[in-house]
Amino acid sequence: MPPPSSAERHEGTLFWAVGFVLLFVLPVLNVLPAEDSWLHVSDFALNRFGKFLAFAILALGLDLIWGYAGILSLGQGVFFGIGAYCMGMHLMLTIGSQSVYGSALPDFMVWNQVTELPFFWKPFYSFSAAVLAGLLAPACFALIFGFLAFRSRIRGVYFAIITQALALMAWLVFNRNETNLGGTNGLTDFKTLLGFRLSASDTQLALYVMTVLCLGGAYALCRWIIASRAGRVLIAIRDSEQRVRFSGYSPSTYKLFVFVVSALLAGLAGILYVPQVGIITPAQMGVLPSLEMVVWVAVGGRATLVGAIVGAVGVNLGRSILTNSFPELWPFFLGGLFVVVVLLFPDGVMGIAKQVRGKLAEKAVRLPKTSAVEGEQA
Amino acid sequence: MDEGRHGMKVVIGIAMIAACLGWFATGSMAAEAQANVSSSPPLEQALAELLSEVEGTREQAVRLLVEQGDASMLPRLEELRANADRSLRMAIKPVIDTWRNRANLASPDADTRRTAATDLGMSGRISAIPWLEAAAANESHRWPRYAMEESALLLKLASDNPTSQQQAAVKLGEMRSQNAAPALLALVQAGNSESATGEQQALAQTAAAAIERIESWNVWSSAIETLFRGISLSSILLIMSLGLAIVFGLMGVINMAHGELMMIGAYATFVMQECFKLYFPESWFDSYYLAALPAAFLAAALFGLILEASVIRFLYGRPLETMLATWGVSLILIQGARMYFGDLTAITAPSWLNGGAQVLVGVFLPFNRLFIIALSILSVIGIYALLFRSSIGLRVRAVTQNRSMSACLGIPTRKVDAYTFAFGSGLAGIAGWALTLVGNVEPGLGQNYIVDSFMVVVTGGVGKLAGTIIASLGIGGLNKLMEPSLGAVYGKVLILVLVILFLQRRPSGLFAVKGRHAEG
Repeated sequence: MPPPSSAERHEGTLFWAVGFVLLFVLPVLNVLPAEDSWLHVSDFALNRFGKFLAFAILALGLDLIWGYAGILSLGQGVFFGIGAYCMGMHLMLTIGSQSVYGSALPDFMVWNQVTELPFFWKPFYSFSAAVLAGLLAPACFALIFGFLAFRSRIRGVYFAIITQALALMAWLVFNRNETNLGGTNGLTDFKTLLGFRLSASDTQLALYVMTVLCLGGAYALCRWIIASRAGRVLIAIRDSEQRVRFSGYSPSTYKLFVFVVSALLAGLAGILYVPQVGIITPAQMGVLPSLEMVVWVAVGGRATLVGAIVGAVGVNLGRSILTNSFPELWPFFLGGLFVVVVLLFPDGVMGIAKQVRGKLAEKAVRLPKTSAVEGEQA
Repeated sequence: MDEGRHGMKVVIGIAMIAACLGWFATGSMAAEAQANVSSSPPLEQALAELLSEVEGTREQAVRLLVEQGDASMLPRLEELRANADRSLRMAIKPVIDTWRNRANLASPDADTRRTAATDLGMSGRISAIPWLEAAAANESHRWPRYAMEESALLLKLASDNPTSQQQAAVKLGEMRSQNAAPALLALVQAGNSESATGEQQALAQTAAAAIERIESWNVWSSAIETLFRGISLSSILLIMSLGLAIVFGLMGVINMAHGELMMIGAYATFVMQECFKLYFPESWFDSYYLAALPAAFLAAALFGLILEASVIRFLYGRPLETMLATWGVSLILIQGARMYFGDLTAITAPSWLNGGAQVLVGVFLPFNRLFIIALSILSVIGIYALLFRSSIGLRVRAVTQNRSMSACLGIPTRKVDAYTFAFGSGLAGIAGWALTLVGNVEPGLGQNYIVDSFMVVVTGGVGKLAGTIIASLGIGGLNKLMEPSLGAVYGKVLILVLVILFLQRRPSGLFAVKGRHAEG
């Protein structure tokens, strides 16, 4: 293993600094200062930030496959959705008979005149089963789908199109009432998680901390994968798949591995997203949300893990501000972001930061040099 | 055109003959009744009795009028109706309907004759049988004649003469008459009841056999209609995918805004319609649709040219980035259209595309769908000629096969790219133009088709038109084929699964270009 470069060491310190801020400073600012103090971070803000960080976990996975392995998946929303629905189903079942209709069944089933809990809902009474399913179901799905796709060497644009079709299909299927997943309205009206009330600010704070920890874990996992030999092969696949194949590696195995990891992370993001936001609908897993996820990574900067996090948080923050004040303009903004980032800033925010740093360094280097030259002339 | 005019002449001629015959017939009938309408005492009396308040009298008068009156009394009845109260209007209605339908049997318009015949058949008036039979004997058009014969038989079926009922049931079965099914079913039920006589039972057997024939034909006719709908959906997909496939083959660029170029074509059609409404005389209105064809093509092509020059040409060799950037453009276009045009606007199809052609019993092919199919065939021929029979096409193919070699040989590859892209965009515009006939014009219009047409391009492979054609026929056809049994959603899911499995066998589509450039 090569010794860490200065940039990597830099990133290491950044990781712990940001982790400290997210994990301690923000929660403390939420709890300690008085409500009207300017230092106070409101419950709402913290909750919203937790949601963005959940998205950031997904963005990490997407960055892993797109930025490092060069596979553009336009179907990440599906994996996110599956994870979210697994958690949502558990939360629906914990409502029990406190629901509007007072039935042990979820409300929408009473509505659709379903009299018995469908068999695939039954395991979700258990929290651990739900979390496990939320991680494994997307991973297994990605395994099967990826196996078929990569085996027949579907790649590049073809893979993007197939995954986009997948997103469309998933959206269509989850929208149906007869799949017993709540139809268009999705799953909502959750009450408790593991006995804690979801509306309590303490529960939300705990969820936030949980999200930060998961994000840290996901970041470490991605960093570890990239630093490993497998990570090097992945980057090689991105740059020239043919050459990797001719060197005796099997690109499809590596691609399948990284695709499954990204699906796993998307599922994790979904699991964390649902209790914080309190609703999951098919609209969150369709074609457009899946594409938006790609934009997070593009805006932040591909092939930089920090960029994925920055992009996910930044774009979502912009979205939540813009859709509040100018709901009509958001599509223009998002569309413009697609075009501008791809055309002008292919390396995203991190790329700009790097350029600026490079310019500064250049200046710093050049200044003494020119003075030396002048000195010589004088 | 010429054939149509000829047809019109024939129709008018027949109508005139029929009218003359009708005049003679009524004349002789009136002579038998020893008077014309105004001086026929029983009819006059019946007309007067219509106004009477006594229930029985009015009914009798109505019956008399239906049986003995004729169409020349219509104006007087209309006048009566205009001044009448509700109950009287209800009482007169059957009289008016019967006589109007009888008069319409000789109408110059084939559709009118046909509806009149069908109405008479449904009315259950036995006295209409000879009129229908006489009209059928003189009828030269197939479907009005069919309706007349069917109605006459239906009325016979409702009569109380068992022999003619038997004959009618057999005949109706042979004709595969859809309208007869309920009446036949009633006969079967009557024959199966415990109190049925031997005659009724025999009739029930005949009727059951007839129903069986009708139903087996129903299966066929619905299969044909499904197939037809599948082909017409495929046609739109085909026009759309051809543009996409050509551009993809040439430049390796997947244009996610292709669906929105289609939307632009649809809105160009809409704008053209509004312009014709505002600035041109009403009699010209029907031609707006033709004028909209170049408008739709040019608007979409122009937009494609702008898109190529401002976004896509900076991204050559980076297909994934191109996808994202064009998707961004499509988002902007959709929202722009939504803000400018609102959510839903519809096109009034020109009158010459209304209606349809009946080709078989129970099989009705709407003109607009036929038009779309014809359009797609024309497009394919046009593209084929352009690509394989013109010098421009030669250049396009050369650049598609080997870009750098073509450039060395002096082909301006950048220009070829730009024009091809514009042409592909124009095709999307034409698809949008055609789509206005079968759907609403809405901002999200392109989104419904884009994923399907991507699948077509992926399945069809790059570089061969035939692949695109077969793939769009397959995907469009399967879509419609599975809709009745699986529902639209699961049909689509199944198609995705099939496409993925298909790509296992043939990773680069139906007709992959073989050779060293196959692996990009």
